[in-house]
Amino acid sequence: MAIDQATVKKIASLARIAISDAEAAAMEGELNNILGWVEQLGEVDVSGVEPMTAVIPNTLRLRDDIVDADPLTGGNRRDDVLANAPEPQHGFFGVPKVIE
Amino acid sequence: MMTDLTNLTVAQIRDGHRAGDFSAVEVAEAFNANVAAAKALNAFIVETPEQALGAAKQADADRAAGTLKPLSGVPIGMKDLFATKGVQTTAASHMLEGFVPRYESTVSQKLWDAGAGMLGKLNLDQFAMGSSNETSFFGNVISPWKRNDGGNAALAPGGSSGGSSAAIAARLCPAATGTDTGGSIRQPAAFTGISGIKPTYGRCSRWGIVAFASSLDQAGPMARDVRDCAIMLQNMAGFDPKDATSLDLPVPDWEAALSSDLKGKKVGIPREYRLEGIDPDIDAMWDAGIAMLKDAGAEVVEISLPHTKYALPAYYIIAPAEASSNLARYDGVRYGLRDLPQGAGLQDMYAATRAEGFGPEVKRRIMIGTYVLSAGFYDAYYTQAQKVRTLISRDFSAAFETCDVILAPTAPSAAFGLGEKTADPLSMYLNDVFAVPASLAGLPAMSVPAALNREGLPLGLQIIGKAFDEQGVLNAGLAIEERAGFTARAEKWW
Repeated sequence: MAIDQATVKKIASLARIAISDAEAAAMEGELNNILGWVEQLGEVDVSGVEPMTAVIPNTLRLRDDIVDADPLTGGNRRDDVLANAPEPQHGFFGVPKVIE
Repeated sequence: MMTDLTNLTVAQIRDGHRAGDFSAVEVAEAFNANVAAAKALNAFIVETPEQALGAAKQADADRAAGTLKPLSGVPIGMKDLFATKGVQTTAASHMLEGFVPRYESTVSQKLWDAGAGMLGKLNLDQFAMGSSNETSFFGNVISPWKRNDGGNAALAPGGSSGGSSAAIAARLCPAATGTDTGGSIRQPAAFTGISGIKPTYGRCSRWGIVAFASSLDQAGPMARDVRDCAIMLQNMAGFDPKDATSLDLPVPDWEAALSSDLKGKKVGIPREYRLEGIDPDIDAMWDAGIAMLKDAGAEVVEISLPHTKYALPAYYIIAPAEASSNLARYDGVRYGLRDLPQGAGLQDMYAATRAEGFGPEVKRRIMIGTYVLSAGFYDAYYTQAQKVRTLISRDFSAAFETCDVILAPTAPSAAFGLGEKTADPLSMYLNDVFAVPASLAGLPAMSVPAALNREGLPLGLQIIGKAFDEQGVLNAGLAIEERAGFTARAEKWW
């Protein structure tokens, strides 16, 4: 199923990537090429086949229910968390106004 | 100094340092000098000569005190996909330019704990998306290799771990970290005449590695020979509670158990990897590799991996799907680039930031991933691809009932020229045709240099093993290494 420029723009909007008309036009061809090529997967008989969920069988672990069990990923690291923020303000992430 | 220290392998540096033949500071200074003199290769994004020297001084002090560690005295390169505390970590993107982690990735921390020093952060394809290192925001890495046709064409070092492969081939570091999502360790190793192993999925912690496709991403070492890969890998692998997919298994002493005697072993040759119209040099190398493994005592059996041709298209649904989800975190709020146009609101800021911060290939993959996961298409694309992935994994399980390891080429070509494949993304994707199946199945796989083609460029052979059997892969690699006698290296022009 080929996609058109309007679809390209819709995908870009879903992906939160600003895109110009020229970029959308260029990407239309590229995406159709790639999607046309992956279409061949449709010819594989997958009846009764479960989709892969874990490539190597593994069980999900739960950590001990202890506050700040891991010093690297525990709490009280506000300054570290904000250190690379583009606009930290008063100990928070600053963003443009979202509520009028 | 009689020998050039930068020609030594990891094992030789470790043993020579231990024996008192030279100091770790001498080693670090020699590699620092090579790094500083190789700007033309553009292999490093950040150079950290002081860190290499600091670790070397510690190694020399540890030697005096009798407290040497497994990698004391060995300086290495770190792919710039691993978060390094206090040192810029970019994933070769504009999005993360200037990002200085406040924490250290598990794998890099293990290497420092083992006594290794860091020469710098190595260039790569942006967010590890690419097979030629041409998508880096910080410019192409240039392979140290040239064709023997008298021309001067700049060649790709492979990707995504192209800074790692170029740096090792050019003797800027004896070993480096790589990551492999769909061939990103093995293909660059093959292109530059070095070795590299992607271990079983889960062997190396993903914690602190910039995520691309989480069900595929796996760290591994790149080095000049098989022994060095074993040494590096056993100092990178190990259970990490901070990675939910980390394997809770002991780390074997792979180096100690290295053996090129393959008596009693069966090597599978997948008939679907014989591609029509492939470069005859590739098939000739493959046949030579089969003879080498027979010579090492192995029995060779033909096997079938019937879903091979579907691996690449399945990969190009699954990897972009996971990437589109993983890269949603780059929003201009918490870290990385922010582009806030005059008067823009939050949504416009997201879109502007991501338009500015991601390169064309990254955008392409995010777009594909977004599309195949979107309502109405999810089952047709993503679920179908994950079912095909199950079939590919079953192919390997069936094959491993009749063989212990699989031998195949690493890539369908030698290194291509920079710019030769950039116009058509699809032709670039096809270069990973032999590497992707093992990634989808999470299996250990390595590339070892096997021959030069008629253009004088290195070609690599790939060994794929059963899950958790890195030893079998390394041993078969060693058998090839001993027989191929690959000693060629790029003539210095940089």
